[in-house]
Amino acid sequence: MSAAASLRRIGLPRLVVHFSVLVICIVWLIPTLGILVTSFREAGQITASGWWTAFTGAAETSAARLGDPATAKQNGATYVISGSVFEGGKGGTVRAFGTRVAAPTEFAVGKAADLGDGETLTINEDGSYTYSKNAPFEGRGKRVYLSVATPPSFTTDNYRTVLTSQGIGQSFVNSLTVAVPATIIPILIAAFAAYALSWMEFPGRALIIALVVGLIVVPLQMSLIPLLKMYNEIGNFFGVPSRSYAGIWLAHSAFGMPLAIYLLRNYISGLPREIIESARVDGASDFEIFVKIILPLSFPALASFSIFQFLWTWNDLLVAMVFLGTGKDQLVLTGALNALLGSMGGKWEILTASAFITIVVPIIVFFALQRYLVRGLLAGSVKGG
Amino acid sequence: MISQIVSAVGVVIAGVFVCALYYWLSDKILQAVFPVPVDNVRAASVNLNRRAAVRPWLFLGPALILLIVYLVYPVVATFILSFYDRSGGNFVGLANYRWAIQDAQFRQSIFNNILWLAVVPAACTFFGLVIAVLTDRIWWGNLAKSLIFMPMAISFVGASVIWKFIYEYRGGSETQIGLLNAIVQAIGGSPQVWISLPFWNNFFLMAILIWIQTGFAMVILSAALRGIPEETIEAAVIDGASGWQIFWKIMVPQIWGTIAVVWTTITILVLKVFDIVLTMTNGQWNTMVLANLMFDWMFRGGGDSGRSAVIALVIMAAVTPIMIWNIRQANKEMGGH
Repeated sequence: MSAAASLRRIGLPRLVVHFSVLVICIVWLIPTLGILVTSFREAGQITASGWWTAFTGAAETSAARLGDPATAKQNGATYVISGSVFEGGKGGTVRAFGTRVAAPTEFAVGKAADLGDGETLTINEDGSYTYSKNAPFEGRGKRVYLSVATPPSFTTDNYRTVLTSQGIGQSFVNSLTVAVPATIIPILIAAFAAYALSWMEFPGRALIIALVVGLIVVPLQMSLIPLLKMYNEIGNFFGVPSRSYAGIWLAHSAFGMPLAIYLLRNYISGLPREIIESARVDGASDFEIFVKIILPLSFPALASFSIFQFLWTWNDLLVAMVFLGTGKDQLVLTGALNALLGSMGGKWEILTASAFITIVVPIIVFFALQRYLVRGLLAGSVKGG
Repeated sequence: MISQIVSAVGVVIAGVFVCALYYWLSDKILQAVFPVPVDNVRAASVNLNRRAAVRPWLFLGPALILLIVYLVYPVVATFILSFYDRSGGNFVGLANYRWAIQDAQFRQSIFNNILWLAVVPAACTFFGLVIAVLTDRIWWGNLAKSLIFMPMAISFVGASVIWKFIYEYRGGSETQIGLLNAIVQAIGGSPQVWISLPFWNNFFLMAILIWIQTGFAMVILSAALRGIPEETIEAAVIDGASGWQIFWKIMVPQIWGTIAVVWTTITILVLKVFDIVLTMTNGQWNTMVLANLMFDWMFRGGGDSGRSAVIALVIMAAVTPIMIWNIRQANKEMGGH
């Protein structure tokens, strides 16, 4: 019986536990759900009603003008105008109507409403109306205000807009361009270093390990100013742009290096000594041992680290803002989203769709490879993120 | 766009190839420089020793160069730059430090950082622990954990958009489309512009980080809870301890080490918090924090490397005790091997 199982017999009733966890899950999920739902709604609906009403449909107030008096037909002593309030517009279901903008729900649908002056108006759910008067109509068509239930409607237009005209599509490619090499390059370098620190004897080994552990928590902020100066000088000296993909790949590789070495060393030094020594006896060189034995055996640790590094490089904003330009060809997703927050504040159809595109890749990676991520976290919880 | 993808893929392949080539070639060269003749045992053993002495440095070389150029050198350089003026050209002594002490925005940042440090690690650890205990007791606990852990994969910028939408305020008689204001309105309160509410807005920003990091605390603490020897709990049950007593007096003391790790990890993260403040308020309405102020001075008016360096050093100083503690732990572990 595990500790958890022993606890199960005591303490809170089971039902309370189920209920509390359910509540916590809902609270944790709702923020993300909010932008997901919103990103599929039309701009008009987003501002008209909260996203939580998206599935039940929203009541919108809209205005319509009844037919022109010239179209009135005489029927005995009464004059009648009939038609549909949805003419030339989108459809819907009328819930109520009124003649003043402040009271769009003054009259119920389907019943004749007495408007005074001998006028009656009947508007049905489907929008058809009958407007009658005991004298000829005058002036222009009458204005009425409707409370229209718009059916839940979803659209992918927001995604089409942000992917093309807002440059999110290009930024998506830029993010991939940064993240993939910046994930793969450091792994190999770190793995060789981790092997040397685990299975080779040399003076200064303990010192280097201490250095690596110390560097794990060094804040990035300490590196940025000198590196920015260095990059600018190199750029000036060789006449190349100081902000380039090569620059950020190296920067990300270096910033991820301490954690990579630490995680991989923990794992590689735990591999059975017999395997490595018997290979040495067989005359294999360290290079061969590394490539043929260590790398394949270290797959779980390599996977853990690459997930960390990928999430970190994909989600990073700070390094990208310092080492990459803000031009279309270099703006990564996080940077683009940050820029949109400034320029498109309040345009939630743009913001939510862009945000969802930004987070969808890490979320897929997360759910697909969660096992390795947890393992890496447990092995490397010294790192500050 | 296509050409960019092709070139990125090309770089990956070329990068891996160059790396592999370096390790392979350097090993070959090493073997050529120090040959092991079969007919001369003495020379062979001397050269084998030489190979063994050089090889670790070939393996470590690229990693060490990256660490030194991108981390060790900049730490030293930042320290030196903090004594120079905005361009880094003229020595100004302690002027930047004096400026920092007197600067209202800097003090505000220190105050806010302390506030963040007091709230976020404690909240994450507390929620993480509670959720770990609860989810361990139900059959769908792993699914629940996944959902609570998920925000960890979301970028701080993405999370900021998500939460900005929750805090959204709309003036006048417009419908409130932000969840928080809609709830406040539903229970009879009046909607607020949450992120510009002085002092309290800090807590609305902290909520974002707590939302992201609680899953991390939960995963680590859940693993630690499972590692508790069952005998200790059974003994307590037999002695008639209540669930509450068992939790606080038996379980929590046994995972103090893990709680400390979680706490310090989140502490370091909090000290570096940047993206959330930048995207939510950019430090307006008294929400400035050190990492954001540092970034601001890096580029403000063409950049002031001296002042920026001082702010970075403050963050570094706050992290240093944790760094020393980590190194001592690592040394202890290695001594045990």
